[in-house]
Amino acid sequence: MTQRTVEKSLEPILAKGYAHPEVLVTTEWVAEHLDDPNVRIIESNEDPLVYPSGHIPGAVEVDWVRDLNHPIIRDYLDREAFERLMRRIGVTPETTVVFYGDKNNWWATYAFWVFQLFGHTNAKIMDGGRQKWIAEGRPLTREVPKYPPTEYRAPERNDRPIRAFRDDVLAHVRAGKRLVDVRSPEEYRGERLHMPGYPNEGALRGGHIPGAVNIPWSRAVNEDGTFKPAEELRAIYLQEAGLRPDEDVIVYCRIGERSSHTWFVLKYLLGFENVRNYDGSWTEWGNLVGVPIER
Amino acid sequence: MASENPALWPPKLREYLETLEWLQDPQERYAFLIELADAFRPVPPEIATPPYPKSNLVPHCESQAYVWAVEAPEGHAFRYYFAVENPQGLSAMAMAKILDDACSGAPAWQVAHLPDDLPQRIFGSRLSMGRTMGLEGMVAMVREPARQHLAACPVCQQALAEVQNA
Repeated sequence: MTQRTVEKSLEPILAKGYAHPEVLVTTEWVAEHLDDPNVRIIESNEDPLVYPSGHIPGAVEVDWVRDLNHPIIRDYLDREAFERLMRRIGVTPETTVVFYGDKNNWWATYAFWVFQLFGHTNAKIMDGGRQKWIAEGRPLTREVPKYPPTEYRAPERNDRPIRAFRDDVLAHVRAGKRLVDVRSPEEYRGERLHMPGYPNEGALRGGHIPGAVNIPWSRAVNEDGTFKPAEELRAIYLQEAGLRPDEDVIVYCRIGERSSHTWFVLKYLLGFENVRNYDGSWTEWGNLVGVPIER
Repeated sequence: MASENPALWPPKLREYLETLEWLQDPQERYAFLIELADAFRPVPPEIATPPYPKSNLVPHCESQAYVWAVEAPEGHAFRYYFAVENPQGLSAMAMAKILDDACSGAPAWQVAHLPDDLPQRIFGSRLSMGRTMGLEGMVAMVREPARQHLAACPVCQQALAEVQNA
């Protein structure tokens, strides 16, 4: 693989004008790196049937429930579990991990976000996700790869820079800082407690966190599942919603997966310096005693 | 009308559920369900051709599944046909295969008692809320014509009473 070819396959990303284009790769780039020992392709989906039914050759699966969530506490895996996960999927601190998945990369960006809690910054998202790979007629396999276990020493999880907890959100609200509610307008207005077409469950009250602006996550993606270019994203998040890249922003949804998508957009594609994902999101805030809501 | 009593369900459905219960390893269970999805065959053209009517569309199904119920020639039963428009709709395809195998030709009084939580029994607790709704919708569209038939058919009601009193 020549450097020139690699760069050519990334030109569509560079052309979109992102603040940090290095966090995205194209499907073509992934196709060129299927046998690259320094690259580990990781599929993360909502539907557990999708990966075993066919995945990018050589891709391993990281499941958001089994692999990333704590089995008992509503929290993420701890350092030891993260190290075990990385050894199991054959990743070293130097390995470039490339995430992709179903649902417009919801779970891919969610996994990417969790990996950042442990400082694995050598991480990328495949623009367009599984949908684009399949639409382009690229190969899938049902063969589950096995990689030699690696040595991986992770730092303790550091939530502070990119994760917000309910007390952080309350202080944020009281300080009049900006929040982005990435759910559907019906959920934002309190007419529904989940996406349209999903059952109404999960929170006692409908509405949104006071002061939050509603920008559904889906506004950031094109029909083919790729992210919109920076200029279009700036029109939505900066000009229309009035957000500024230098201000402290918290994003949330219902359980934190859709908002990890918007977190990725703000932090890497638009270069926001301080953006945190409130993964407790509406399933926590909508059930909390003593916190304000708006409808 | 849905029932938690397996004795009221089609025997083939009980077989499927016993097999799935036996497959404790999630990977084995997924492999079995994917095999079923692979074996799914969509509605034949003599029953329906695209674009399919909205009346056969399963509400809230992310995979755009359709269900048809046609009275079976032997009477007191239906033949079921399915289409799944989303090629990635594996759960819907596996569900369609199970419902077809278990319910086509089965007595209407049995199909009328399909349990509400059938998707969870088949796919386990990992089912997302969105997919649960769609799969429950498929079950409901299979069960409803059987329920209506049972409500209007003394022969079926007698057959059901015999099982319940046994």
